[in-house]
Amino acid sequence: MSDMMKVSSNPHIIDKVTTSSIMAAVMIALLPAAGFGVYNFGLNALVLIVVTVASAVLTEYIYEKLMKMPITIKDCSAAVTGLLLAMNLPASAPWWVGVIGSVFAIVVVKMLFGGLGQNFMNPALGARCFLLLSFTSIMTNFDVADVYSGATPLAIVKEGGTYNVLDMVIGRTAGTIGETSMIAIVIGACFLILIDVITLRIPGTYIVTFVIFICLFGGHGVDPTYISEQLAGGGLMLGAFFMATDYVTSPVTKKGQYVFGVCLGLLTGIFRVFGPSAEGVSYAIIISNLLVPLIERVTLPKAFGKGGEKA
Amino acid sequence: MAKLTFVGGIHPYDGKDLSKDKPIKAVLPKGDLVYPLSQHIGAPATPIVAKGDHVITGQKIAEAGGFVSAPIYATVSGTVKSIEPRRVVTGDMVMSIVVENDGQYDEVDYGAPEENLDNLTKEEIINRVKEAGVVGMGGAGFPTAVKLQPKEPDKIEYCIANCAECEPYLTSDYRRMMEEPEKLIKGMKAILALFDNAQGILAVEDNKPDACQKLEELTKDEPRITVSRLKTKYPQGAERQIIYATTGRAINSKMLPADAGCIVDNVDTVVAVYQAVYEKKPLMHRIVTVTGDAIADPRNFIVRIGTNYAELIDEAGGFKTQPEKIVSGGPMMGFALFGLDVPTTKTASALLCLTKDEVSAMEPSACINCGRCVEVCPSRLVPRRLAVYATNYAEENFVKEDGLECVECGCCSYVCPAKRPLTQVIKSMRKMQLAKNRKK
Repeated sequence: MSDMMKVSSNPHIIDKVTTSSIMAAVMIALLPAAGFGVYNFGLNALVLIVVTVASAVLTEYIYEKLMKMPITIKDCSAAVTGLLLAMNLPASAPWWVGVIGSVFAIVVVKMLFGGLGQNFMNPALGARCFLLLSFTSIMTNFDVADVYSGATPLAIVKEGGTYNVLDMVIGRTAGTIGETSMIAIVIGACFLILIDVITLRIPGTYIVTFVIFICLFGGHGVDPTYISEQLAGGGLMLGAFFMATDYVTSPVTKKGQYVFGVCLGLLTGIFRVFGPSAEGVSYAIIISNLLVPLIERVTLPKAFGKGGEKA
Repeated sequence: MAKLTFVGGIHPYDGKDLSKDKPIKAVLPKGDLVYPLSQHIGAPATPIVAKGDHVITGQKIAEAGGFVSAPIYATVSGTVKSIEPRRVVTGDMVMSIVVENDGQYDEVDYGAPEENLDNLTKEEIINRVKEAGVVGMGGAGFPTAVKLQPKEPDKIEYCIANCAECEPYLTSDYRRMMEEPEKLIKGMKAILALFDNAQGILAVEDNKPDACQKLEELTKDEPRITVSRLKTKYPQGAERQIIYATTGRAINSKMLPADAGCIVDNVDTVVAVYQAVYEKKPLMHRIVTVTGDAIADPRNFIVRIGTNYAELIDEAGGFKTQPEKIVSGGPMMGFALFGLDVPTTKTASALLCLTKDEVSAMEPSACINCGRCVEVCPSRLVPRRLAVYATNYAEENFVKEDGLECVECGCCSYVCPAKRPLTQVIKSMRKMQLAKNRKK
């Protein structure tokens, strides 16, 4: 039989969505925030973004080449990691900090654990925490020549001060490149929700839990200004919509996603209210990342016909 | 109670426009007819003819081989050429009766059709269905007479005609509803005659509003039959899902629909019941949709069982472009064929010829844990985890996380952005486990 047809197991049709299309969508969704960062902080922000993304992609390429593995940079996941890392850098950071961060994110956090899908914590956040510990002064220096100097709004709030909430929502504040503009981040997040890349389950529970926590323990009661400052300040929005929703490091079960959101909210609240630093999102996320296998195991769904048909 | 849908599922490109407006056309076979002895779940049928025997249309050529089995009838007149193993759609070789068609179509006299169901006892109805060799024609091929004899017939509350036709491209059930809805309703009445406490439900997906309307019109004076418009979503026509959608009851793999007070039969099966009970005719035909972008003239045919697939392709104008993949059945659950030399069986709903094999064009990559498979799984499983257990042969975990509850609908593979063959690995593991359980 020379003209045999191709055979394979069912199904014989598949959806158009691919890993690279999802990653590309995430990058598009990050563009408003990145664009605002460049507008807000100037050219150095752009340089840092380009260098960080490029070095993340290049690192993955070189690593895979050296290890004689199939090259996977086409799936765009390294580019997303690079972009997310850049969003988490202060605009004043020198370019080589971006490079070191990217190399750490790709090699140590991602590839050494088996590459895409195997890393147990978000590579960009792992790298950010690594940089924070290694280059503390650079990573916490939010002075941008002629634009901003001194502390971030969240740090001011922590010291008992207040900040113009409108400026915080729009993003005209000091901070890392991509975290300052709540509006830009939410626009990107809405896009991802509309095209079914992320759901509100994790970010929604995260934010609600966090708000409840600071109302109870923040020392300001139910104070709308304080709550808005806490929501719009720091990395909460970027973390909730873009880092906590990272597929690889979040639970795959629906119930697990709610539990994960609650963990994030509690940890962020604890770090921000009781911790020495004003920030807490990065650590909250990477610690919760570590809980994911456990969360997933205890929240496995019930099968259809065994009580699981309704959810 | 009725939710008219279920949780999970997908909305693939439906491709039904290719053939949905093409009326059913009768096809007369030209070559030999092949009747595999296993066209149903259960014991293979036993041949009661020998090589060289002359048979006529409607003559029984094989007897049911047990309680769960079904007889087979000749669909043409001619001579028995041989009884030998022949290739079937699954790729297996199955012992088959081969009949050479003499082109005369001499037919058995079935006697006067039954006009009134009241003249028949329940036993007679079941017997006629059993004798006619009716099996589930939606794909599974479970002998219908067995289905119609649950342990406690009084506890059956719903008889559901599965008219969902949720598989993309298929239009055979739709055409049946449009052209012969009376037969469907009469068949349903025959089934309802067996179950005094049951309500008949014709469950149609709402992407077929004209069929719904037609059936609603015809059943408005039938107190025992209602039409349910189900949400259009694959796999709405899967047995467990359609029971849930119409009655709100959920069964698992260890239960039968009867345990939830339900009997589910596909459209074509109900029509076959009608023919068996009213016309006293055995199951000899089925409707097959020949479609796909490689087919010149996609159509719906009424085909004599045993007809070679290659003849159906010719009837549909042959190939417009060379197909890369040919599937017997729908694109989600059908069998890919490596050649066309296989016969139409009782369970063959379609012949789908695609110019592009989307599946082989894709390279599987690493799982990114996106959870799309979990989102769509109608059995509410975590396909990603099951697939890992299946590839590592971790039986215990596979069974513990309900791998055996999988219905092999293909949704997880369909949505996987990394293009991983989830259904395939879970299916193979499931087969191994089920075989093991049977041995115990």
